[in-house]
This record gives sequence, C-alpha cells and structure tokens, in this order.
Amino acid sequence: MTDLNALTIAEARDALRKGEVTSVELTEACLKAIEGADALGAVVHKTPEIARQRAAAADARIRAGDAPSMCGIPVGIKDLFCTEGVASQAGSKILEGFRPEYESTVSAQLRDAGAVMLGKLNMDEFAMGSSNETSVYGNAVNPWRAGNSEAALTPGGSSGGSAAAVAADLCLGATGTDTGGSIRQPAAFTGTVGLKPTYGRCSRWGIVAFASSLDQAGPMTRTVRDAAIMGAAMMGHDPKDSTSADLPVPDFEAMLTGDIRGKVIGIPGEYRMDGMPGEIETLWTQGIEMLKDAGAELRDITLPHTKYALPTYYVIAPAEASSNLARYDGVRYGYRATLEQGDGVTEMYEKTRAEGFGDEVKRRVMIGTYVLSAGFYDAYYNRARKVRALIKRDFETVFAEGIDAILTPATPSAAFELGQQHVDPVEMYLNDVFTVTVNLAGLPGVAVPTGLDARGLPLGLQLIGRPWEEGELLNTAYALEKAAGFVAKPAKWW
Amino acid sequence: MSIDTTTAAKVAKLARIRVDDEDLPALAQDFNAILGFIEQLGELDVDDVEPMTSVTPMRLPRREDVVTDGGQQAKILANAPDAREGFFAVPKVVE
Repeated sequence: MTDLNALTIAEARDALRKGEVTSVELTEACLKAIEGADALGAVVHKTPEIARQRAAAADARIRAGDAPSMCGIPVGIKDLFCTEGVASQAGSKILEGFRPEYESTVSAQLRDAGAVMLGKLNMDEFAMGSSNETSVYGNAVNPWRAGNSEAALTPGGSSGGSAAAVAADLCLGATGTDTGGSIRQPAAFTGTVGLKPTYGRCSRWGIVAFASSLDQAGPMTRTVRDAAIMGAAMMGHDPKDSTSADLPVPDFEAMLTGDIRGKVIGIPGEYRMDGMPGEIETLWTQGIEMLKDAGAELRDITLPHTKYALPTYYVIAPAEASSNLARYDGVRYGYRATLEQGDGVTEMYEKTRAEGFGDEVKRRVMIGTYVLSAGFYDAYYNRARKVRALIKRDFETVFAEGIDAILTPATPSAAFELGQQHVDPVEMYLNDVFTVTVNLAGLPGVAVPTGLDARGLPLGLQLIGRPWEEGELLNTAYALEKAAGFVAKPAKWW
Repeated sequence: MSIDTTTAAKVAKLARIRVDDEDLPALAQDFNAILGFIEQLGELDVDDVEPMTSVTPMRLPRREDVVTDGGQQAKILANAPDAREGFFAVPKVVE
C-alpha cells in the first residue's frame, strides 16, 4: 500500500469511510513526513497538537457516520490565512508574534468540515513574489531536482510552501492564494494541481490582503479530483466579505465525467510569446492534441490586449497593496521598531515599516503610493483600470462566441534555481505572464501537470474557464489529466 | 518620465517608509525600471472606456444600519505591541 501521507484526498476519504484507516494514522504519517522535511522549508509553523486533537475528533465524527469529504484529511494552511491562536505572519517580519483572535472563513470552513490542520506553510512576503525568496522564514525549496544536479530549485511563488508540501507528500492538500498566478505557477513548478476559483467564490475574510480586487484563495492538490473536493469545501457565500458571491457551490466531483466531447477549447495566439522555450511550445501542442483526441473542438482565438496584462497588474496590484498595507503601522499588531529618545509617531511608522517590510514589499508599496499620488492617479491608476476593462472584454468576446475553455501554458519555463541575482525586478514579474490575465478578468483557472522537461522537471498547462463554471473547467482539466497520465514523483533527497 | 532621488524620497515619505539617503539612487532606479514597463499602457486609446470598478458586475450588498458586533476590547488589544489601560499606546503625537 502507498504510504498514508502519499494518498490522494479521494483515496484517503474512501479509506476513512470504509474504516480501513483512521485520521489519527493519516495525521501521524504526515507529521512524521513533516519532521523529516525541514530541508524543504515548507512548513514554517508546525501545529502537531492541534492536528492530533482534530484527527481524534474527525475519527469520532466518521464513526458516528457524519463525515463530509474533507473530514479527517490532513492539510497545510498557507501563512496568509489567519488561524486562531496560531502564528499568521504572511511571511513577513512585520507580523512577527501575531496570533489572530479569529479564524479566516476559508480555514474555518475546512476546520468545520473536519479537515486536520498540520501547520502553516511558507510563502513570499505578503504573497509578493514568484519564487518564495522574499519570505522572512527563508526559501521554500522544490522537492524536484533537475537530473543529477543538486542545485536547489524554487517551488515557485507565492504559494511555494504549499506547492512543496503537496508535492513532497507532507500533507494531502494545501490552501493557496492567487493574486497574479500564485497558485498556478507553483503548482506547475511542482507537478501538482492548483485551482484559482472565480473572483468571489472563496471568502477573502481573514486572509491577509494583498490586492483585494485580485486576491482569491484556492486548493493545491495532487489530482484534479482532489481540487474538486477541497475546492468545494473552501468556497461559498460569506456575508463578512462584501465581494463574496451569493451562489450555490455545485458538487464539482460529481461533474468529473471526463467527457468533453463537443466542448470548444480556445487557443489564444497572443500566448505564443517570442523566445518561448521549445519545450513549452511542445507541451502546449501535446495538450491541444490530447483535448482533440478526447473529442473537443479546438479553435484559434485572439485576446488582443494580452500584452498589456502585466503592466496593468503592476499598477493595480501595488496600488491596492499600498492601501492595504497601510495598516501595518506598529500600533495594533505585529512588529514595532525600537525608538530613540524624542521619536514621535511619524518616526515610529517610518522605522517600523522600514525594518518590518522586506525589499520587494517596500518597492511595491512605494510604486503603489506613486501611481495613486496627486497628478499621477489618472495617468497610471485610472488608465490601468480602463485597460483592465479591455482585458476582461477580450475574454467576454470569446466566451460569447462559444468558447468553453482556453488552453495555455501555465508558466514560461520549468522551475528555476534559487538564489539567482535579479538586477531588474521586472524580470521576475514575467513569471506571471500566462496567469495574470485570469486575475484581472476575475476568471477561474487551473494548472494541471502534463509533462516533464528534458531534465526531468514537471511542466504544466493552464485551463481558463467561464466565470462560476469551475465544475466544467475541472471536468476539462480532468480529461487533460487522464490523457497526460502524469504520475512522476520527485525522488526523495531531503 | 524619469524618477530622481528627490521624487523617490518624497514617495518614501508618503508611504511612511524610512529610506536612507545612500539607498535612494538604487530605489529611483527600481522605480524607473518598473514605471518604464508600465509606460506601455500609454500606447492604447482608452478614451471611451469606463475604468473597471468591480470585476464581477454586482451591487454592494446592504444591511440594516445596526450594531452587529463589539465588546471585544481584550481580543482587539491582545496583539498590540504596547497596550495600556484598555488603549493602544503610541509615542507622543503632539509636542
């Protein structure tokens, strides 16, 4: 039998219901795997006591016959989610020592469904980054290595710890958040599945805010079926988030038939970027063939404003961040700088924020401050909001023309080495080139592992769906997953 | 347009982030790289486009204007770096 910590959520659920395994056993297997995996830097606050308590409670619930799908399933929670009484730092020094008095809606829903929290997972500081290198905890490391090389690779970002933990079998699933690609890019870098739901599907309440009009939580799992199960448990209406959609959440798992005959899949020409590696091009072509073989109709489409998505994002996201992160002032929670004699409240703000924020966060807060400042608001911020409307219109047009889903690469490359010097911050931003349009348009997107590159590193494709149609989208992803038959696992070195 | 160190210092001040003088040139350079990238948005004609306010067309939900929560002083102060007598404590604001 597979190691218990390597089971999928669906396998574990079925075994739990049949009484073949207990949540306590599953949880102990994961806790043991976590203990041996410090080299991955994935789990930054371990919560074994909470885990054991919840596992025992879940077993009692299962015995009583009251067991939702996530009951007894051990999961990891990204550090961005506020968890009651447990450190929640968003990967930042400025939230050092912060222990929320409340639980985020998404993690509360998982908890109430019986899921077992194993600990908090590493991430880029305030979810700003694509390599998990901006975290105050240090890097998370990809369990995958290139061929015989021992070089440490990035698990991607910002949900790098979540991706590494799921790929290394430290947990059965993990929560992630995605503002410009932070679920889908790490999933692609680690051979896992990452779903960013439609904006408004998951409540943002209790999730540390980065860019509120773009942020969306979602599941990171080993299979599409698991994303359907865990995703459904995370979604739903929440009056505490005014942008939360008051719509029923369908049974996504029941929609996984794998039958996509007659579905129309769009292939956007604009995603064929100059200088795109041949392997990514090949992967994409293979994906097109797989969906065609499964009975879908493939159609070339155009999304003409694609090239403006990243510059739009790098106005809107920093603008919202500069406003959201204004709350870190050294007064109400977290870090406060040591002050000198005579320092007033302004010095307290300035020193606290200088010492508490890392360089990338400071850079983005200041860019956001600049684009919102008097005289530049129209030229930058308002213009970006107008271009965002055009980007969304591109998608609406193709959906109105009968496109059911769009297939693109998930990332422009496989996982890269940690510790590369990036002279130009824009270079790192290009990681999100295929994913960021989806956030700007508020659409659901999913990354599915479909192949390995020549060095044996996983590569993923992205499917983009119509708003609120995660079920259809997951079914197409399921068909792609079945056709690709991706079963590779990283060889254990940690 | 190009950002000089004076503008960089002004932005840092507005953002309430202390930046040492010797770090301003590098900061200005970062700003210029990012703003240069953003500059592309100027290529588009957006005169007749409404700026997006909500990615999902929706009316903000409303509710009765009544107190729904409160009485949690201890919880609210629990994480404060400095709380005294039921208040957040800060350095002197007015000389």
